[in-house]
Amino acid sequence: MQSIIANDLGTPERKSGKSISLEVNGVQVTVPEGSSVMYAANVAGMKVPKLCATDNLEPFGSCRLCLVEIDGRRGYPASCTTPAEAGMKIRTESPKLADLRRGVMELYISDHPLDCLTCPANGHCELQDMAGVVGLREVRYGYDGKNHLHEQKDESNPYFTFDPSKCIVCSRCVRACEEVQGTFALTIDGRGFNSHISPGQMQPFIDSECVSCGACVQACPTSTLMEKSIYEMGQPDRTVTTTCAYCGVGCSFIAEIKGNSVVRMVPNKNGMANHGHSCVKGRFAFGYTTHPDRILKPMVRQSIDDRWKEVSWEEAIAHTASEFKRIQQKYGRSSVGAITSSRCTNEETFLVQKMVRAAFGNNNVDTCARVCHSPTGYGLKTTLGTSAGTQAFDSVMDADVIFIIGANPTDAHPVFASQMKRRLREGATLIVADPRAIDLIRTPPHIEASHHLQLRPGTNVALINGIAHVIVTEGLANDAYANERCEPQEYQTWKDFVSQPKYSPEAVEKITGVPADTIRGAARLYAKGPNSAIYYGLGVTEHSQGSTMVIGMANLSMATGNMGREGVGVNPLRGQNNVQGACDMGSFPHELSGYRHISDAKTRELFEKEWGVKLDAEPGLRIPNMFDAALDGSYKGMYIQGEDFVQSDPNTQHIEAALRNMECIVVQDLFLNETAKFAHVFLPGSTFLEKDGTYTNAERRIQLIRKAIPPVAGKADWEITMDLSNALGYPMQYDHPSQIMDEIARLTPTFAGVSFEKLDKLGSVQWPCNDSAPEGTPTMHIGKFVRGKGHFVLTEYVATDERTSSRFPLILTTGRILSQYNVGAQTRRTENVMWHEEDILEIHPHDAEHRGVIDGAWVSVASRAGEIVLRARVSERIQPGVVYTTFHHPDTGTNVITTENSDWATNCPEYKVTAVEVTPVSKLSVWQEHYREFTDQQEALLPGKMGS
Amino acid sequence: MKTAVYVPRDSSALSIGAESVARAIRTEAAKRGLEIDLIRNGSRGMTWLEPLVEVSTPKGRVAYGPVSAKDVPGLFEAGLLNAGAHALNLGLTEEIPYFKNQERLTFARVGITDPVSISDYTKTGGFVGLANALKLGGDQIIKEVTESGLRGRGGAAFPTGIKWKTAYDAPADQKYIVCNADEGDSGTFSDRMVMEGDPFLLIEGMTIASLAIGATHGYIYLRSEYPHAERALNEAIATAYREGYLGADIRGSGKTFHLEVRRGAGAYICGEETALLESLEGKRGEIRYRPPLPAVAGLFGKPTILNNVITLASVPTIFEKGPGFYKNFGMGRSRGTLPFQLAGNLKRGGLVEKAFGITLRELLYDFGGGSYSGRPIRAVQVGGPLGAYLPESQFDTPMDYESFTAVKALLGHGGLVAFDDTVDMARMARFAMEFCANESCGKCTPCRIGSTRGVEVIDKIIQNRNREANVELLHDLCDVMLNGSLCGLGGLIPYPVLSAVRHFPQDFGIARNGK
Repeated sequence: MQSIIANDLGTPERKSGKSISLEVNGVQVTVPEGSSVMYAANVAGMKVPKLCATDNLEPFGSCRLCLVEIDGRRGYPASCTTPAEAGMKIRTESPKLADLRRGVMELYISDHPLDCLTCPANGHCELQDMAGVVGLREVRYGYDGKNHLHEQKDESNPYFTFDPSKCIVCSRCVRACEEVQGTFALTIDGRGFNSHISPGQMQPFIDSECVSCGACVQACPTSTLMEKSIYEMGQPDRTVTTTCAYCGVGCSFIAEIKGNSVVRMVPNKNGMANHGHSCVKGRFAFGYTTHPDRILKPMVRQSIDDRWKEVSWEEAIAHTASEFKRIQQKYGRSSVGAITSSRCTNEETFLVQKMVRAAFGNNNVDTCARVCHSPTGYGLKTTLGTSAGTQAFDSVMDADVIFIIGANPTDAHPVFASQMKRRLREGATLIVADPRAIDLIRTPPHIEASHHLQLRPGTNVALINGIAHVIVTEGLANDAYANERCEPQEYQTWKDFVSQPKYSPEAVEKITGVPADTIRGAARLYAKGPNSAIYYGLGVTEHSQGSTMVIGMANLSMATGNMGREGVGVNPLRGQNNVQGACDMGSFPHELSGYRHISDAKTRELFEKEWGVKLDAEPGLRIPNMFDAALDGSYKGMYIQGEDFVQSDPNTQHIEAALRNMECIVVQDLFLNETAKFAHVFLPGSTFLEKDGTYTNAERRIQLIRKAIPPVAGKADWEITMDLSNALGYPMQYDHPSQIMDEIARLTPTFAGVSFEKLDKLGSVQWPCNDSAPEGTPTMHIGKFVRGKGHFVLTEYVATDERTSSRFPLILTTGRILSQYNVGAQTRRTENVMWHEEDILEIHPHDAEHRGVIDGAWVSVASRAGEIVLRARVSERIQPGVVYTTFHHPDTGTNVITTENSDWATNCPEYKVTAVEVTPVSKLSVWQEHYREFTDQQEALLPGKMGS
Repeated sequence: MKTAVYVPRDSSALSIGAESVARAIRTEAAKRGLEIDLIRNGSRGMTWLEPLVEVSTPKGRVAYGPVSAKDVPGLFEAGLLNAGAHALNLGLTEEIPYFKNQERLTFARVGITDPVSISDYTKTGGFVGLANALKLGGDQIIKEVTESGLRGRGGAAFPTGIKWKTAYDAPADQKYIVCNADEGDSGTFSDRMVMEGDPFLLIEGMTIASLAIGATHGYIYLRSEYPHAERALNEAIATAYREGYLGADIRGSGKTFHLEVRRGAGAYICGEETALLESLEGKRGEIRYRPPLPAVAGLFGKPTILNNVITLASVPTIFEKGPGFYKNFGMGRSRGTLPFQLAGNLKRGGLVEKAFGITLRELLYDFGGGSYSGRPIRAVQVGGPLGAYLPESQFDTPMDYESFTAVKALLGHGGLVAFDDTVDMARMARFAMEFCANESCGKCTPCRIGSTRGVEVIDKIIQNRNREANVELLHDLCDVMLNGSLCGLGGLIPYPVLSAVRHFPQDFGIARNGK
């Protein structure tokens, strides 16, 4: 069913420097060259009837409703497939055209159920609309002919149904799966009258290659592919445009709402990050927002062994404030701190760090970027001058060589992966550096990496140095660019450094396990470009040399001149919806918004003036330091907004011990998450549907989220922080988050031009947005690096301390899966669990056989930090000597075994390298037994539950 | 010297025992201690005489036919090797009027040579055209093709020179030549005969086309039901590579052309050029919209010359004998010759290559000998399953594109299927619609649903259910299919259907005025 606010130009907008003018029904119209006649007609305000055409798919020409007459041409060309030409004279209506269109519609309806009144698409069905438009009055064929009216529905997918009796075989779903999503899960089976949609090889949807992105459902003009929510709830009656709260792609969505219930989320065609596409999470997995597990009343308790007591907001806030004051009085000003949330808005994040600095009077604020992309901030700031990616997502459409390092876009950033796949289908080549064979290595029919650098975990820096070695020693570097745009002396030093024999491909092969020839091939391809772009993820950052590797990639990009234009750059694929924003907003203990160091007196002065307080010049505690301080007794109180580090941070048992040593842990969240089990105050948070604000995605794009329904628990997260600050004695008064953004803009040069009003008008802007770039900056470093000259830094490879041994001979590396998101707090509370009920350990057949591990059996995974038990999958995706799992399920406890090793510069944990041993077992680990017991105990302490 | 004996390897001969005849001849000769040179030639195209055995004599080749294996001992007894008298002796092959009265340009070699012998080919003028073309630039090659007046023989009759020019003018790093050998029209077999009987001719034609536009790769898209053609083509292609007529440096010219045979998967629709390209790319055989034309964006999106077998096989003659020679045949805007294929209820079925302009009646009676059943011929479908049915009153129509268009008929690929007066033309109209329903790719609505509804409507007419309204509906439906379909399948099926209604209304139970 089409969007309830559908506006469809029929065929895609064409980009062309040349415009052409033509005449439609006597109206003069000018369109870009390459536009279709249908597009021109629509621009001229003349609707041409259509069914198989839609403006996010290439024209197809099958329905034959859009026939027109063109002066000087024989017959009745289809307007969707006929290119507009200068001087054309087109008629979209004539008696003959009316006859033909009625004739076509008569055929359609002769094989369509006449149940419009009980059809879920009633009123928003394109077939129904077109029957009206062409004026069909009777179906002379009768209804007793051959038909598809008794075909069986496929209800296997949890989110949508497929009803072939309603299908008009327009192929929009098939084409959406190919062109938009790039999965090719659908096809037409049979021919002629027997043509029908076939998922996979005539399988139910759920068993096919379908990834439930929803592109087909969105493309369907009838109710053949239809959200189950519309079957259940009926049609929405209003819409709110907002931004997805899952990953860092930042898809724009139109929430279609009825009363205060979201009926469905439809990806926004005008969304600059997603261009109307979506994935299974953003499109369908919003059921958590109404899940019964949500905690809707503030709760307090004295000890974590006590029952929770529901209290009023006032009581909860007053209690928290008095506890924090008491703690600071007893243990000192630095004994409290806070964690901002990468899931919350820029405004909310800004307020939390403001409260810490202004009300707590210290700088003990950190954010989850600490454990994901802090090395990105450090590395890119050091080399280029900006703590963020260099390009817009759309830039990939100009890339000739795409180099993915330590990222798995089809699972973790699916909508951008679809765009990337589109570019690969157009002919760009792909290099992947990953220990595991991710889907992009080879996905028939169209995706295949030309080089897979299947390195040993922990050897990234050696690999990048090896690639640089080939480029420099073979004279493939862009000396002219590097000498002009960077410090020439530094550049030469770097060249000498990487040219050392110890970084020759042969030497690097010994370290990384990647064949020397593969390194050479990849290096030459990257250097050849002409446009080579690097995209990377946590496989780069979450290492003891995470920052070094970020610098290494920036070096490589500068040396080859792949910076400062479309199609190139170094681009982090950031994990959380607002992790970029959380970093931008001054969530780190050493930085104020816009990445300005707290020790800088001038910056401090600016904030002190605005906030009316004196700021501490000393950086505060980082997350791991907070845990250490908690263990040594100097850190006692913590306000945690929308973050669950007990599940997400490494070495769980260490964190648990730290939290048990604290006196007031305040968790503000939707659910009783793992961290909340150790909390003393629970403040119910609001979902992205319940508040206004902005998120900043991986391409620095600031987009609005808009309040679709009122906060279910009564307050938006920013209001809670504001109340707490007021109770602490530091006054904050905002009526709307837009006022917070105004304050951010006043205090942050890169945000100076940002306002809600502008975002509302433009849809989005990419920072820096200020007087010199009033509409934002899609591409960074054009003409000149932000820091002036590009800064080459030497990247010596230093092996991690985490080494395999006879006791722990395998390396565990962790990652993500499409259907689940991060700690799974949201996605586990949706039907997405169908695809991933538990975390699984992937192990190579060789290692499995050696240990007697059978596919599907329980195995223990033990490291020096701890032990967990989970099911094994024997798979050749992973190389011998390496095992892989995810951390989406808290009862798995994946982070029980990860260690305290971390990046030398930023303390980002080394999640990607843990030495482990795998053994077949038949029962859960000790930690897991304790976990279950503890969880049962904590759940029993919730109000309304029976228990102690 | 050994006596040459010819037994065709053509499918039409093989299907009625040519293989056992050949075996019997070999056995019989050995038994009698006679040395023979048994040559497996193509077919002479007189299918009613197959298997047609020929023996070479100083006066020329003498024909015997139709020969079965059990006739062989008797033939030897009668002195076969000396062209001895026998009931099956037909005299000199080339004096048989059916053969003698043809104008064989494209089929000049077919039935005469050993199809896979490159020396036979070169001895009979083969590769002279290629040698001449190698001396010309692409633009000059295209000029000569244009001058010859050659038009596409697949049915659409599009001027070949213009098509080649379009592909020539389209800038690209890669271009292709594709031969449409998915000969699926009912009653047609000329493509098959030339591929089985003279495969080098097609190779030569495609190579010249490749020179014209600078294509380095070519594909022959062959219908799966042609295993013998596939064998002959592959054998000839291998030989051509070996002898330097294909490959990286054609006859030392520095030009490259690689050629391979790709087998179709049994869909009539893949004879339509864009569906063919989709199929060749490994996709579902479905029509592409035009523009862009395949000449601009064809195989794998690259400029592609896509021509029928006969079109490409006509090219070597043009370059061997000159465009003027070729152009001198034919009438009006239809130049050269067309291999007509006589089938259906005819006494003498077979292949007749004649210049355009011969009348339908001449083909049916002078060549075809009238109906096989001896009853009057009532209707002829010309141009395959999408061609119109012509009644006796139109038998004097000259066989040329424009004359046929004038009577709302198609010349198509030159196939004729004759019916005597026992035919029920309402059934034939239904058959046409049903054919469309069976073969529709399913992409466009008029054809996908319309063809099925068409069958139902004709059934209602036949059953006299609301006949008058249904005849009107059939006309409306045909109008939607004709004007609305994406390709020629749905777009042309109204021809046979409406021609049956128009010329034979009584078979539908309606008066001539349609009531």
